[in-house]
Amino acid sequence: MTRTRRAIAALAVALLAGAARGAEVNVGVTVSATGPAASIGIPSRKAIALLPTTIDGVKVNYIVLDDATDSTTAVKNVRKLTSENEVDALLGSNSTPASLAMVDVAAETETPLISLAAGSRIIEPMDEKRRWVFKTPQNDQLMATAIAQHMVDRGVKKAAFIGFADAYGDGWLTAFSKAAERRNLKIVARERYNRLDTSVTGQVLKILSAKPDAVLVGASGTPAVLPQKTLVERGYKGAVYQTHGVANPDFLRVGGKGVEGAFLPTGPVVVANQLPDDHPSKKAALEFVRRYEVANGPGTASSFGAHAWDAGLLLKAAVPVALEQARPGTRQFRIALRRALEHVHDLRGAHGVFNMTSTDHGGLDLRARVMVQIRNGTWQLIP
Amino acid sequence: MSIDIALLLGQDGVVNGAIYALLALALVLVFSVTRVIFIPQGEFVAYGGLTLAALQEGRGPGTFWLLCAVRVAVALADGIAALRAGSGRSLRWALAGDLGYLTLLAAVLYLAPFASWPAWVQIPLALALVVPLGPAVYRLAYQPLAGASILVLLIVSVAVHVALVSLGLLFFGAEGSQTRAFSDARLELGRVEVGAQALCVVLFSVALMAALHAFFERTSYGKALRASAMNRVGARLVGIPVGLSGRLSFALAALIGALSGILIAPITTLYYDTGFLMGLKGFVGAIIGGLASYPVAVGGALLVGLIEALASFWASAYKEVIVFALVVPVLVWRSLRTHHLEDDE
Repeated sequence: MTRTRRAIAALAVALLAGAARGAEVNVGVTVSATGPAASIGIPSRKAIALLPTTIDGVKVNYIVLDDATDSTTAVKNVRKLTSENEVDALLGSNSTPASLAMVDVAAETETPLISLAAGSRIIEPMDEKRRWVFKTPQNDQLMATAIAQHMVDRGVKKAAFIGFADAYGDGWLTAFSKAAERRNLKIVARERYNRLDTSVTGQVLKILSAKPDAVLVGASGTPAVLPQKTLVERGYKGAVYQTHGVANPDFLRVGGKGVEGAFLPTGPVVVANQLPDDHPSKKAALEFVRRYEVANGPGTASSFGAHAWDAGLLLKAAVPVALEQARPGTRQFRIALRRALEHVHDLRGAHGVFNMTSTDHGGLDLRARVMVQIRNGTWQLIP
Repeated sequence: MSIDIALLLGQDGVVNGAIYALLALALVLVFSVTRVIFIPQGEFVAYGGLTLAALQEGRGPGTFWLLCAVRVAVALADGIAALRAGSGRSLRWALAGDLGYLTLLAAVLYLAPFASWPAWVQIPLALALVVPLGPAVYRLAYQPLAGASILVLLIVSVAVHVALVSLGLLFFGAEGSQTRAFSDARLELGRVEVGAQALCVVLFSVALMAALHAFFERTSYGKALRASAMNRVGARLVGIPVGLSGRLSFALAALIGALSGILIAPITTLYYDTGFLMGLKGFVGAIIGGLASYPVAVGGALLVGLIEALASFWASAYKEVIVFALVVPVLVWRSLRTHHLEDDE
């Protein structure tokens, strides 16, 4: 009996102390661990399990929910996290549509949101609502210009595009068209396919009849294998470009010989080992790869998990600043955290160097992309 | 569009159409015998292909655990039924059979170097893991509701579909897989080059259809299924158990689904959720046949495959819209030709 009483007393003291100091920072996370974006959401969730549990001596709790790649569920999750768990910051989700839907809730509840999706519309154009929103993945535009420039440098005059018939493919087609136009690169075919299609022969034949010098596959994960394999099967000899959405080990596993020689732009983390020692992201990238592979097995680290890791680095940089000004769990803390995130300067993440400003809530620059080629079933950094 | 492109598109359409045709056959079979619109048909495609891929990569597929779980659930359900009826004897044999089967599979999966076996051994192993799920699904989800209306059975199908897709994500992960090709050879047929694998798909499909035909015409089980399809009450009166015809039709549907998955796994990438769309396209074929006629369903499914190939060439962004819009004129035509019957008893 006395023992129980003592335990209750200890608990009460702890609670009081906790309330006085507001001792814990709560971070609400919604990821797409199931549904079409599961191949991106699952590594994110695994990386979140590795984020720091104390920052500046204060305990950090991560409450992780699954939104099944569904915008409505993502919004429901975020509502729950902000109202029931009274979180100080939000992370997620992995798809651009879901992240866009979450922007309203973040602004309404005045909670800083760090999105793990790539679409530039999440943080542009900057307005009253997007003030609360940040994101870690590179803009499609940054990657698309890298591809267009690489094509032009190799003497490509006519390019073709085959991509997902969804937001990802649309985003890429728009970004690539802009980048290509500026470089007088002609796009001679624009084809679409679906993630679960069992055949893309029709689209590939259409592309071949336009005789492009290079083909860009605007798709993510293992579904990006099929167009390239079909192109090779049909005797296409030109260069094939993929997007950074394919940079995971499963793409190489399924693609095998069929994706050999493909070029793609990606974050430096994918080729962490091959980066020159003076590359600003080398240290953070190697650290992420080491921690991730200790937890999940060798060869499992991918660029998708690293976006969540970088979000953790942003929090790690911003939370101490906010802690000086207010207590976690209060509106003042969330405001301070937002301001601190906006002032993150020269933060060396696994995917590049973050320099946030009040107009740029992505903060990455050209150092956040490298060109790689698939050679002998591995990613090879090319200068 | 040159003649070469037309021939290549036609070839692509026939290969995909052959798979849709198999699925359409399975859907017609299950519907005519049990009145179930078997939405999870496509899941067996994914399970079959991905189980084989897991075996080839040397991983023990998660479908084994699912099989164990559903067999235990079936044994419990049968046990309760037998206790109520007061007959335990036949049950004991069934249990012993189950236990022996699962032990054998477990021994193979844990002791044998199945990853290095040739495909013709791996394929039966994959089928042995996936096909028994069919009758078990019938026993657990549909048999207790065998007398319910078509709508209720359809809702159960949706539930089974969602459950199987979710389990698929758990077992196989979000990323896709391909299996090793039976053969990489390419053959010259006239002016078209045909992949040996694509030819395999078509030939196997035709062979499977012929085998099904023989099964329905020659064997007593096949005749029992046809009898149940024609007149459920009459079939029961002459002593064909409802449970048997249900389980048999589901076993056949699972076999057809799993084989389809194994056939196309080398030429495309399969995902845990690939099956639904494929099943749906087979369903469009089956609808063209009014969910009753086997030959028309096969023809309809081939038509779906060909239209899909042409649509992916001409207007790839609207491909699915074009394929599924095919249902509308077919339904209008059917509703004009046949007078409506209330089909619920």
